[in-house]
Amino acid sequence: MTQYGFYFDATRCTGCKTCEAACRDYHNLDLGTTFRHVYELEGGGWNQAEDGTWTTDSFTYYTSFACQHCDDPACMHVCPTGAMHKDENGIVSVDTGRCIGCGYCHMACPYDAPFVDRAKGHSVKCDGCKDRIAEGKQPMCVEACSMRALQFAPVDQLPEGERAAVAPLPDPELTKPNLYIKNCAAAHAVGDTSCRVANEAEVK
Amino acid sequence: MREATTMTRRTFAKAAGLAGLAAAGAGASSGLFGEAPKAFADEEASDEQIVYTHCHVNCGGACVLQCHVKDGELAYVESDTAGSSEFGGVQARACLRGRSIRRWLGSDERLNYPMKRVEGTKRGDGKYEQISWDEALDTIASEMKRIRETYGSESIFIQECSGVEQNIMMNNPFFRLSNLLGGEVTRYGSYSSASISFGAYPYVYGGSWGNRSFKTLQDGELVVMFGFSPNDMRMAGDGPGYDLAVAMEQKGVRVINIDPRRTETCTNLGAEWIPIVPGTDAALVAALAHELIANNLIDTEFVNKYVVGFNEDTMPEDAKGQHLSYYDYVKGTGYDMVEKTPEWASAITRIPAERISQLAQEIGTAKPCFICQGLGMQRHANGDNASRSVMALALMVGQVGKPGTTSGGTIGNGGIGLSSLPTGDNPVTVQFPQYLWPEAIRDGEKLTATHDGIKGADKLNVGIKMLINYGNNMMANQNGDINTTTDILRDESKCEFILQYDVAWTDSCNWADIVLPDLTPQETYSLSAAGECNDIAGIRFGQPLYEPKFERREIYEVCAELAERLGVGDEFTDGGLTREDWCRRQYDELVETVGDTYDMPTYDEGVAMGAFSYDIAPSMDNDPFIDDPEANPLTTVTGKAQIYSPEIAEMAKTWTLDESEKNAITAIPTYVPGPDSADDVTDEFPFQFVDFHHKCTTHSTYAHNPVVQEMAPFQAWINPIDAERMGISDLDTVRLTSAQGSMITQAKVTNRIMPGVIMHAQGSWHSAPAEGDRTDTGRCTNTLTSRQRNPISKGTGQHSLICAIEKVEE
Repeated sequence: MTQYGFYFDATRCTGCKTCEAACRDYHNLDLGTTFRHVYELEGGGWNQAEDGTWTTDSFTYYTSFACQHCDDPACMHVCPTGAMHKDENGIVSVDTGRCIGCGYCHMACPYDAPFVDRAKGHSVKCDGCKDRIAEGKQPMCVEACSMRALQFAPVDQLPEGERAAVAPLPDPELTKPNLYIKNCAAAHAVGDTSCRVANEAEVK
Repeated sequence: MREATTMTRRTFAKAAGLAGLAAAGAGASSGLFGEAPKAFADEEASDEQIVYTHCHVNCGGACVLQCHVKDGELAYVESDTAGSSEFGGVQARACLRGRSIRRWLGSDERLNYPMKRVEGTKRGDGKYEQISWDEALDTIASEMKRIRETYGSESIFIQECSGVEQNIMMNNPFFRLSNLLGGEVTRYGSYSSASISFGAYPYVYGGSWGNRSFKTLQDGELVVMFGFSPNDMRMAGDGPGYDLAVAMEQKGVRVINIDPRRTETCTNLGAEWIPIVPGTDAALVAALAHELIANNLIDTEFVNKYVVGFNEDTMPEDAKGQHLSYYDYVKGTGYDMVEKTPEWASAITRIPAERISQLAQEIGTAKPCFICQGLGMQRHANGDNASRSVMALALMVGQVGKPGTTSGGTIGNGGIGLSSLPTGDNPVTVQFPQYLWPEAIRDGEKLTATHDGIKGADKLNVGIKMLINYGNNMMANQNGDINTTTDILRDESKCEFILQYDVAWTDSCNWADIVLPDLTPQETYSLSAAGECNDIAGIRFGQPLYEPKFERREIYEVCAELAERLGVGDEFTDGGLTREDWCRRQYDELVETVGDTYDMPTYDEGVAMGAFSYDIAPSMDNDPFIDDPEANPLTTVTGKAQIYSPEIAEMAKTWTLDESEKNAITAIPTYVPGPDSADDVTDEFPFQFVDFHHKCTTHSTYAHNPVVQEMAPFQAWINPIDAERMGISDLDTVRLTSAQGSMITQAKVTNRIMPGVIMHAQGSWHSAPAEGDRTDTGRCTNTLTSRQRNPISKGTGQHSLICAIEKVEE
């Protein structure tokens, strides 16, 4: 089996969310729903000297991710009907005919990737734009990124990067995500609690 | 090279026998046109068509929208897939705003029918009724005639447009029509850049000069940016933010960004952020000059040869011996007699003195050094001086006019100069500064040359009696101090007729007498040039995505009908040309002009391709003035670059300022803390407030697209130290209040803003009752801003502002 995955060059990302916008548009997602998340993380603080001047050791960085099409997908393990499955390219997707919309996948995924579309009655999620991949195109998010920070390809063809081990993502050992990241200088390691999500309302 | 593989039936008919192509890389293409068309065969079988148009709304970018249209509706958007997708390659990839245009085109807030204000109601009451196009156009035509006959052509004003700026039409049809009827009063300067364009460049360089794009950056060089955030608001895939990121990665360029807010250049990209108190840049520059002098880092040879006014030796003859040089200002031997030490500046800017000294060392030793500024700084009080001061910094270290530098002003751009619809000649020569249009309504003939910057006459002869707004949201959104502005508009004895012609019902519509529904540029024929903020030579061709909906109509056809009613129909249309005809004509003229320089497609080929782009290679030449200043003088009065401006020295003697303005006209760029500066905070208004350009909008365009708002909300950024003191948590609802007004918004508690400062994305749509306390719940920052204007340019100084913030219990 081929395993596709994402590569994210965090050193180029400006948090513009064009990846997310392009995805929402192409997949015609309802307001309030998204397959891709752009987390803004910040930490550090400010210090005022006796003369009134300010210095800061604060930092801010973004991480953009969608479904990681994990080697060991939590969503698949909890799916009671087998609707959630991996295809021949390693892409995790929903067999909508089998899905009963129970929402277990949504609860199990540590990346908040699948969710239940109540109107459709089944789970929905990033499918790696597999129709476009079949036509030799790139996923919408990849093609949209003005900074060329995203790639999607069989993982052995992706540039070298660390396996999704950056805060606020969960420990990659949990599900073995197929997201490889070139970290930016401001990045903090998985599990670091000195930083906080600075755009909570935008990633709900 | 790209081939147009899918075409609409309409474009196929026109493009038959022609070929599609695009080019990326100047000089890399030739003979690419004229091949046989391909891949049209599937069209009948497919229910999906690709129609090319673009997003060009005055952010500076001109991004390709490759629209997938099914059953007459836009299904989804791709962007530029021609050219190179590699990092460093050229593709005009649209940002989140352009990619979200499908929801915008289908927005509930679109205008669908002509409307008129209900008789017996006042402007601002918001009561409108649908009318026919005939009634609307009859009324507008008769008002044009009546007001021109009653008050003269100088009483008619056609407002700046932003949402449709830089395309083939802009608001030019109104100018074309008006000029056929006798002309109109015009403005000079723009809302965005008045102080740098009319208060700085002319006096330093004789006009815009020496600007180079980030493409000029050399290996390992230093970039110092004052109040510039290209990665926040110019996000196009071929834009300056992209160019800068490419240079940082591929050339090891180091960037220092001086700004009260951590911009996106200082997040993942890793530029260094030096937080500064808003409006104090000229003080920082004075201290940098102090340290450059102290450490022998002034480029003396350069200054002596090219610069006027740095020191006594370089002063104009008639200004010598009076301690009027910038050197005297910095050393404390002239002007306020205060030495501009790093300690002096640190108390003002809140930047540690040692960081100022170190920065001077870095700037003074970096060759080349790219010193530039954005447009935010010059919109503060005395922004003319702040803008000039950064140019002076670049001059002192000799870092202008050469590869790897810019002017100390903005970054440069270049492209193919596409002409918009010709406007004809305007016999009226009197002009007023753009920012003062409300005062031109209210005070009219009281506005004078030496107090208010009137050009072409000693004063206005008459106030504005007819206001034509097309493609803008100026009346109740994008102009300083909405409450004062709308008070002026409400008085129908002042401005007697107001037209608002736009694509959506903004609050500005509520102040109009007639409101007309426009097509967006994606719904009609459009043609735009790239290169407004970057070095890209390219043209974007736009075809309508679908037939017009409701009763929306585009500006050219509407003005043609007005022209017909006013007896100049044939002259207006030049014998019956349509909007599409003009696109073709202007493009064909362009090909005749620059077709030898660039391999350009025919108009029909261009329509099939949607766009073409050439990357412009940066010049490795010095400016001619640098090579030979005697033979190629600048157009300043001295022929040199001026830190001391004799023109401004004269102005200081002859112009008058209101005492209350706390402004000053100084021949050198001194630091003058204007009103509502950091020194002016009070217990009532303890914070400085600045609005900024954010990824959520371009000005107010797209501001009510809900999908963009979800991704990039309008919020008040406040430092955690201030938030804790004020009992405010992240995402709390808060009220911001200034002396001018009050608004409700949401707090973003973040380290990205320096303590003492609140910043808020600008552009959200004002929503407030016209009477009572007029609290705005639309998160529109101009509810708070003032009518503050700058002394030289008369451009806006409204970003100098103090405010209060309090938590609101929901």
